[in-house]
Amino acid sequence: MSSVQIRDVRKSFGNFEVLHGVSIPIEDGQFVVLVGPSGCGKSTLLRMLAGLENITSGTISIGDRVVNNVQPKERDIAMVFQNYALYPHMTVGENMGFSMKLRGESTEEINKRVKRAAEILALSPLLERYPRQLSGGQRQRVAMGRAIVRDPQVFLFDEPLSNLDAKLRVAMRTEIKELHQRLKTTTVYVTHDQIEAMTMADKIVVMHDGIVEQMGTPLELYDKPDNQFVAGFIGSPSMNFLKGHVRVNGVATFEGPNGVKLPLQNAPAASDGRPVVYGVRPEHFTIADDGADAEIVVVEPTGSETQVFAKLGGEQVVAVFRERHQFNPGDKVKLKPDPSVVHLFDEATGKRV
Amino acid sequence: MAVMAEPVAAQVKRSSLWTRAFESRHFLGAMFMVPAIAILILFLAYPLALGFWLGMTDTKIGGAGRFIGFQNFVSLSKDSVFWLSVFNTIFYTVAASAVKFAIGLYLALLLNERLPFKSMVRAIVLLPFVVPTVLSAIAFWWIYDSQFSIISWVLIKAGLITRYIDFLGDPWNARWSVVAANIWRGVPFVAITLLAGLQTISPSLYEAANLDGATNLQRFRHITLPMLSPIIAVVMTFSVLMTFTDFQLIYTITRGGPINSTHLMATLSFQRAITGGNLGEGAAISNAMIPFLVAAILLSFFGLQRSRWQQGGRD
Repeated sequence: MSSVQIRDVRKSFGNFEVLHGVSIPIEDGQFVVLVGPSGCGKSTLLRMLAGLENITSGTISIGDRVVNNVQPKERDIAMVFQNYALYPHMTVGENMGFSMKLRGESTEEINKRVKRAAEILALSPLLERYPRQLSGGQRQRVAMGRAIVRDPQVFLFDEPLSNLDAKLRVAMRTEIKELHQRLKTTTVYVTHDQIEAMTMADKIVVMHDGIVEQMGTPLELYDKPDNQFVAGFIGSPSMNFLKGHVRVNGVATFEGPNGVKLPLQNAPAASDGRPVVYGVRPEHFTIADDGADAEIVVVEPTGSETQVFAKLGGEQVVAVFRERHQFNPGDKVKLKPDPSVVHLFDEATGKRV
Repeated sequence: MAVMAEPVAAQVKRSSLWTRAFESRHFLGAMFMVPAIAILILFLAYPLALGFWLGMTDTKIGGAGRFIGFQNFVSLSKDSVFWLSVFNTIFYTVAASAVKFAIGLYLALLLNERLPFKSMVRAIVLLPFVVPTVLSAIAFWWIYDSQFSIISWVLIKAGLITRYIDFLGDPWNARWSVVAANIWRGVPFVAITLLAGLQTISPSLYEAANLDGATNLQRFRHITLPMLSPIIAVVMTFSVLMTFTDFQLIYTITRGGPINSTHLMATLSFQRAITGGNLGEGAAISNAMIPFLVAAILLSFFGLQRSRWQQGGRD
């Protein structure tokens, strides 16, 4: 186990820079998730960490060692690929023991370690099978087993669950998290799925267009997003955004599209008239007599909660209620955001106000 | 329902036997197969059967032969020229195929790397395949000429030899010369096909092997070679079959000479049957190739057939 330091790392393909100076400190034993939309550079960063891509500038260190010029095999890392990259001509056991075989370790030692890893992952009955004969989830576990056998300093996961069906994905998510709690190996996990990030990470790094937008614990990011991008990326259904202005008239309010008035907790008098984006999470709406007028468009009950799409000042917003209201499309309701958990972002920069 | 059924029944009654036949799946299926079967019978089965029959007769050009059983084979078994051609064919096939495989694999690996002018190199590798065989054979004939050979000329100019090499006048020189020509001709097929095979290997396997600590040589041995083996089996089977039955190169460059030392079974068969007029004997020589070819196919079929890891899973 080891800490990992990524300092001001840049990556260019030709003249095209895809990572614009990324710095991420990763503590020993931490589970860090790099999350962002596709093309944000998260996979490239992971591959640079693995040594599969060159580092254009900046440094990456594992433990105390700068690994910029260290061969992948000498970095003491193990990676789980999106397509698992299992060797099709080797059995499960051979796949898992391949790295040890290459290092010239004895057959007994290899068998011992493979057996132990197989027990951890419930793969013992499958050791003689070939990858073709396995289901998606089993292949996924073999890929992890191959990583575990090596007992590396750092585990790298590159979107490992994206080839699995929804149900299996949830199960494997738990399994990976449990595995990490058991082995406590430093882990860097890349995904585009914010739910995976939220549920698994000790620390989430939100990336966008080659920069780090924000990093922090899942709940920090959820409760206090630094900017509109993070606010919109984290959380499902995503946060509602309404463009408008701050009005300070004794009491602070937000004036949205078509004159909709929404409550604000407080705002300095000087910010009167400032153009802002008003962000409110779907679950922070309540039905209240002093709420803003809205017209219900679509109602989607999921059982545990009900998602309601409504027009608020002409803009579509989504609200989530755990209580069972009787709503029908076309109904007029009064929606009121909870002002204590409302987010304001500067309209021009998207930064949190 | 009854009202609906009536017009349908009437229609069926009206339609002729011919129309009804075309509505039957089985008849229609058989009809679709007729052209393919006709072509196969006319151009494959019939000539093959005729060849078998001719081999059992004493047919000469201009006369219908008599059935003489295995007499052609009996006389061939006492014919030293025939056995020399068998030896030549095996030598030619083994030597040329082995070298073609080695060079082809090397070129394929090279072309699979990031290489400057890759597409140009690839085009150059394909060139021998594009040139008509007879033309390249004529070129080789000149290259091996006893007076005008460019190889001899260069070597003499370089001061490495003092006399022109008699490429096609000495039995072993001639054998190696035609083997070299065949290699030149056959390498592109092996190289391009193996390259296609190499490109189907997922790059992430190499990355995984890299992280697992494999050196270049280990990656080749543990990833490339096993993943490529099915393609190798197919390519080499084809290559062996084409080399074994080669005719054009030999006939153009040496015509089987000197003193039959480069005669392959195919060229000997042609010489005895067409030039010599003994169609029966020539057919018998051709038929004698069949056991070798079947053996080569069986070898690749059983020795290199789809391994267990390629077969479908149970799920």
